[in-house]
Amino acid sequence: MTLLGYLSLWLALLVGLWGAITGFVGGAQRRADLQQSARHATFALFGALAIAVICLEVAIFRHDFSVQYVASRTSRNLPTFYLWSALYSGQEGSLLFWATVLSLFGVLTQVLTSRRHKMYLPYVAAVTCLVATFFVTVMIGAANPFQRMPFTPLDGQGMNPQLQNPGMVFHPPMLYLGYISITIPFAFAIAALLTKKLDAEWMVAVRKWTIVSWLFLSIGLLIGMWWAYVELGWGGYWAWDPVENAALLPWLVLTAFLHSVMIQEKRGMLKKWNLALILGAWVLSIFGTFLTRSGVIASVHSFTQSPVGYYFLAFLVAATAATGVLYVTRLPLLEAEATLESIVSREASFLFNNLLLIGLAFSVLWGTLFPILSEAVKGVKITYGAPTFNFVNIPLGLVLLLLTGIGPLIAWRRASPANLKRQFAVPVTVGVFALLILLVGGIRDLGALLAFSFGAFVFGTVFQEFARGARARNRQYGEPMPVALWQLLSRNRRRYGGYIVHIGIVLLFVGFAGMAFKTETEATLRPGESAELKGRDGHVYTFTHLGISQYNTLNRFVTAALLDVRRDGKDIGRLRTEKRQHVDALGNKTFEPSTEVGIMSGLRVDLYVVLAGLVDGTEQAVFRFTINPLVWWVWFGGFVLVIGGLIVLWPGGVAVAVKGPASRAQAGYAVKLEPAR
Amino acid sequence: MNRREFLFVTVAGAGAALQDTTRTGRVYDPERAGRGQAPVTAADNDKGVQVLEKQLKCSCGCGLDIYTCRTTDFSCTYSPALHKQVLTMLGDGKTPQEVIDAFVAQYGQVALMSPPRRGFNLLGYFVPGGLLLTDATALI
Repeated sequence: MTLLGYLSLWLALLVGLWGAITGFVGGAQRRADLQQSARHATFALFGALAIAVICLEVAIFRHDFSVQYVASRTSRNLPTFYLWSALYSGQEGSLLFWATVLSLFGVLTQVLTSRRHKMYLPYVAAVTCLVATFFVTVMIGAANPFQRMPFTPLDGQGMNPQLQNPGMVFHPPMLYLGYISITIPFAFAIAALLTKKLDAEWMVAVRKWTIVSWLFLSIGLLIGMWWAYVELGWGGYWAWDPVENAALLPWLVLTAFLHSVMIQEKRGMLKKWNLALILGAWVLSIFGTFLTRSGVIASVHSFTQSPVGYYFLAFLVAATAATGVLYVTRLPLLEAEATLESIVSREASFLFNNLLLIGLAFSVLWGTLFPILSEAVKGVKITYGAPTFNFVNIPLGLVLLLLTGIGPLIAWRRASPANLKRQFAVPVTVGVFALLILLVGGIRDLGALLAFSFGAFVFGTVFQEFARGARARNRQYGEPMPVALWQLLSRNRRRYGGYIVHIGIVLLFVGFAGMAFKTETEATLRPGESAELKGRDGHVYTFTHLGISQYNTLNRFVTAALLDVRRDGKDIGRLRTEKRQHVDALGNKTFEPSTEVGIMSGLRVDLYVVLAGLVDGTEQAVFRFTINPLVWWVWFGGFVLVIGGLIVLWPGGVAVAVKGPASRAQAGYAVKLEPAR
Repeated sequence: MNRREFLFVTVAGAGAALQDTTRTGRVYDPERAGRGQAPVTAADNDKGVQVLEKQLKCSCGCGLDIYTCRTTDFSCTYSPALHKQVLTMLGDGKTPQEVIDAFVAQYGQVALMSPPRRGFNLLGYFVPGGLLLTDATALI
């Protein structure tokens, strides 16, 4: 099977190259036979890579330790759940996963793209084949998933314990799907540049794909945060690690695009900018992959240093140069149809929103690379750690949150003072009211005060938008308010789904701000002894050590501590935190012992307990207790954000027509009313 | 064994058993329960020490500060040693700033979680915000 898998990679390489050549030549010479061949090559590429994936999965499930990848990532006693995720838990397998999913997206694009965008498809096939071929080349040249061992060990080394977590089964594929699917809008953008058909058509073709990418990236980031929180044990979910940053960059750029594309649709502006955002998002996705896999920047998440970094660097430089040249040569075709009429307009607020999102992306990139720059220029090694990232990025994030509330309140083209007064009255009142309540409640942390009050302002904006829209339907059609709300949402999914995403963002900021009120302590406890910790919610939490138990289960030996938890003296449950020593099927230790955090999650606070270790091998244990306020709202906010994204993505509703300039002007609060069918 | 010796052994045994219940028992397999830990001291929990250690980077490659690393990665051998170094310096009468200076002198600026706000490092702090302000001003 491994030989078949390896041969499939070679077949994929040849087919991918053929698809790229026939796609570009067929598109340029308008030869239908070559265009058809490129289309077929896309299908064949997926077929060849799917066979390679099946071969690797068979090797994993058969415990074929003659394959180096299987021997170094799995063991006989690895639970089946994690055997599935072993496919992408290592460098070689994840490259295969990437190439296969990209080829699948290539097939879906060929099948699902509507007739009116057919002229782009040969080039789209060429670009997807070319990118997939690059990944296959890396596998064949430097990271062969079917590499054989010089001997066959009795058992494998097993999977890193930190990857044996449900979060790690879903986080990488979601993030990969986000990264990979960016290639499709990128391919359409390249097709539009090559065909010189740079009107709004190419954007209509990629709109759903950009939302798909954004949604997968969002889910991937959120699950990654959740995994870091429950698995790594430091009590947080975001540490500005280079690999986390690499995933955040394309998300920020795509978020900017999803906003600025509306200006192009409504006013025919920002054509150059929108195209640059799509090209930039793809380049950043490859750059992020380079960071993760090259070892150029140390990270707890990255794959080990390997020669694949050189492949990615060469590809990144070549692709960026080629894309840049193509983009610059087409700039004269991308002139705007309208100009900014007033700084107090929806367009201007979206421009500022874009500026901030791209500024944030640049800031994250700058911070990630600044240590390299410092060493190169000054010869001084420095650390650009979480405190520095927070110092630079939190103010930008807060202004962005404020703009989230301002944008929808301002009319297109030019807002009058009366219009502004009418629009801002309710949201500003809600924001100021929230600020006063917090001040009276004794909160003095400036960041948290701004986050909560800006959040309230955005909430006021969204509430007002829904209320006015539903009331208008109620007046016009006599629909009861719940029906009017439902109709409003279902007929304007993009707009109102977007507002739900904004609510998700507010909730995320509320959760982030909660971390300003974190409290923690360490304690050494014998069974029966207790530690107390007062939370910023005013309650005193008492943790009583009940004892230590040890036992074997699945592929590990567990040392578990059980604690009784009381809030202000009242029993609220028990927490369990563990040390896990993973072993192979022969009982040999495979990794350093890992820690399983005990978490009791609530709307107000999370109680977070870590078993640091035992004293002299006795039941006397060292614990770290942390009270993390409002973390639950981060996960709930993420859930709301994803639901909003799904609503935007869901087929149907009222299509956004891209028409002439006259039809583009629409008041910010206007609701498109249509009779119920 | 006469009656008196029997009584002595019985009482001593019962006493030892009673005494044992007040001690903490050993776990079944300490070797597989992770690295052993020393009991937490008041200095470990001292807020001032925590604030100081959150400004200093652990050199194990985790990217975390000393406090977070020593209370998170219990297999790390660097952060407990660095923690001990911090406590020793504070015990010797050094102020927090002197401890930071000593770390920078010994390990270089890389020992700080945030680079000092001077010279070339200012670019690291203010280039993104500066560019953004410039662009926003140009837009207005």
